[in-house]
Amino acid sequence: MKKNKLALFSAPYVLWMAVFVVIPILMIVVYAFSSAGGGFTLENFARIGDYMVVFTRSFKLAFIATAICLLLGYPVSCFLAREGPRFQRVAMMLIMLPMWMNFLLRTYAWMSLLENTGLLNRFFEAIGLFDLINGIFGTNLEYFKMINTQGAVVLGMVYNFLPFMILPIYSVIVKLDHRLIEAARDLGADSATVFRRVTLPLSLPGVLSGITMVFVPAVSTFAISQLLGGGKQLLLGNLIEMQFKGTAYNPQLGSAVALVMMLVVVVCMTVMNRFGEGEEQAVML
Amino acid sequence: MPKELIRLANCTMAFDGEVVLDNINLYINDQEFLTLLGPSGCGKTTTLRIIGGFQTPTQGDVFFDGVRINDVPPHKRTINTVFQRYALFPHLNVFENIAFGLRIPKTDPESRRKVKLPESEIQERVLEMLKVVNLKGFEKRAVSSLSGGQQQRVAIARALVNRPKVLLLDEPLGALDLRLRKDMQIELKRIQQAMGITFIYVTHDQEEALAMSDTVVVMDEGKIQQIGTPEDIYNEPKNAFVADFIGESNIIDGIMRADGVVEIFNRRFQCLDKGFAKDEPVDVVIRPEDVDIVPEGQGQLKGTVTSVTFKGMQYDIIVDFYGFKWLIQTTDLSPVGSRIGIKIDPDGIHVMKKSHYSGMFGDYSSYSEEYEEISDADYDPEAEDQEAEHEEE
Repeated sequence: MKKNKLALFSAPYVLWMAVFVVIPILMIVVYAFSSAGGGFTLENFARIGDYMVVFTRSFKLAFIATAICLLLGYPVSCFLAREGPRFQRVAMMLIMLPMWMNFLLRTYAWMSLLENTGLLNRFFEAIGLFDLINGIFGTNLEYFKMINTQGAVVLGMVYNFLPFMILPIYSVIVKLDHRLIEAARDLGADSATVFRRVTLPLSLPGVLSGITMVFVPAVSTFAISQLLGGGKQLLLGNLIEMQFKGTAYNPQLGSAVALVMMLVVVVCMTVMNRFGEGEEQAVML
Repeated sequence: MPKELIRLANCTMAFDGEVVLDNINLYINDQEFLTLLGPSGCGKTTTLRIIGGFQTPTQGDVFFDGVRINDVPPHKRTINTVFQRYALFPHLNVFENIAFGLRIPKTDPESRRKVKLPESEIQERVLEMLKVVNLKGFEKRAVSSLSGGQQQRVAIARALVNRPKVLLLDEPLGALDLRLRKDMQIELKRIQQAMGITFIYVTHDQEEALAMSDTVVVMDEGKIQQIGTPEDIYNEPKNAFVADFIGESNIIDGIMRADGVVEIFNRRFQCLDKGFAKDEPVDVVIRPEDVDIVPEGQGQLKGTVTSVTFKGMQYDIIVDFYGFKWLIQTTDLSPVGSRIGIKIDPDGIHVMKKSHYSGMFGDYSSYSEEYEEISDADYDPEAEDQEAEHEEE
């Protein structure tokens, strides 16, 4: 009786999911296996081979960005979780603050910072850095090339997605039972051992969801690579976008790329979560 | 002659200016079962944490085997702890929980190099310890799949497998039901005697303290109120707090008229206590089981029964003597409203010095009021039906 009532209340969402998630995915599958004329074909997948370089670049940059986010985010999360509740609230707000600003605006801001005639380069010029370097090495340097490089794209990813790494890790560590750490110390563990054998394995669920929440948007982004990569660092997101608008119009190929990307991500995440499950079952996010 | 192992000398502990331990002096002998007993907030857990190394006293010194250990961190002390609610590692199974301490490389005192125990020895010691705590065959189980009593045993095994000189136990049986608690009390005592380890046990349960300990330390308000054997603490409480906290006590104002003579309610009673000033005001403790009920005419004191509670082994009756209500335990039923007399043997009377606890404890008038309130409550069958319906839902 009660169960049926609840099912009734969730009907709008189920309908929503069906219409706007399940059907579109099915359409992508159908498109991916269709030729321009509408017949069944595997040619779209065969053509993906031409874009292997885009695939590897996308996964490489997303991987680097995720790794940097983890290296930056984990210590911050540990540090925050130990501080007083007021400090934690303020720090969390500061971490979240950029997220409340429009995503494109934030990324445009990085453009004007990184440009050849941008703020950073003008600052370096003003403090005489280029003269100094040119004087020492006999070069003719007028600016650092920062925009439109892979580094700039990774920077954009880290900047935009770092909070998604910090939040889940922080929320696991802050809930970590302090008595477990005391128990480990009581049993003879020094700080390094406590971290390796208690804190780290128990925070793994947070790390895993942090990695997922950074890696997935990073691997499929197209705005960051477009603005900070200047179309020179084509990522999967850009490749897909190009197939749906503009001169290269080819939705069948775009669907195939999207499908393959989705499959690779799903496989990656499944493998990673399997690995995590063995380590940790009791503490869930 | 027992050997002293741990000494707390003038230990004071304050958090943000609030004193939780006030100048504690305590020594603990090797292989002793010592219990820190007191109500919550009395400082017993803080004392334990100071011994474990989790807190450093703001003043005073801690000695272990004659060496000052104030600044020695917990992982360098040969002391292990069984934590309140166990604190087992949820990501490790039973075997790995117990093996946790054994897997940590120890510094060899001679070569000063870190030495790892061989896997075979770890295996052997963990399995042996599982046998000691009656958990053979549980090594592969996840700790979350164990019952409270089993988790308790894992926690004890995890601490004992390191062969500590001292085991600290912080209310280890608090989360268990009564029956299991009684079994574990016997079990703990057995383990302590079999392994010859010093146990320092924290509890607020006086029965537990009396049943298990060699020495009981009664604490309140950050101070030690009394140290002694369980018999001492029960029979010769030092003040009204100890008398009230340990067992049931009627505590009455009295005046010491001479050695062995105390006056209560203007009547003189023989007692065994000596060494008080003449006419000194005192607190007199009379345990409920030390009172004999006699016909009204033969009693030293006469009173009216105001309530009776059947407790299985005996009746708890509340008797009104001149406005002061006593708790008396008896096997013979005296109905409510009946007049009775009582007799108290000299060894049933214990005289204590006045303290700032005088007058705070030992009167059972609230006890009887509570009881009357319940028995007088109007019976409302409709309300009961409604409650039953709620439960069905």
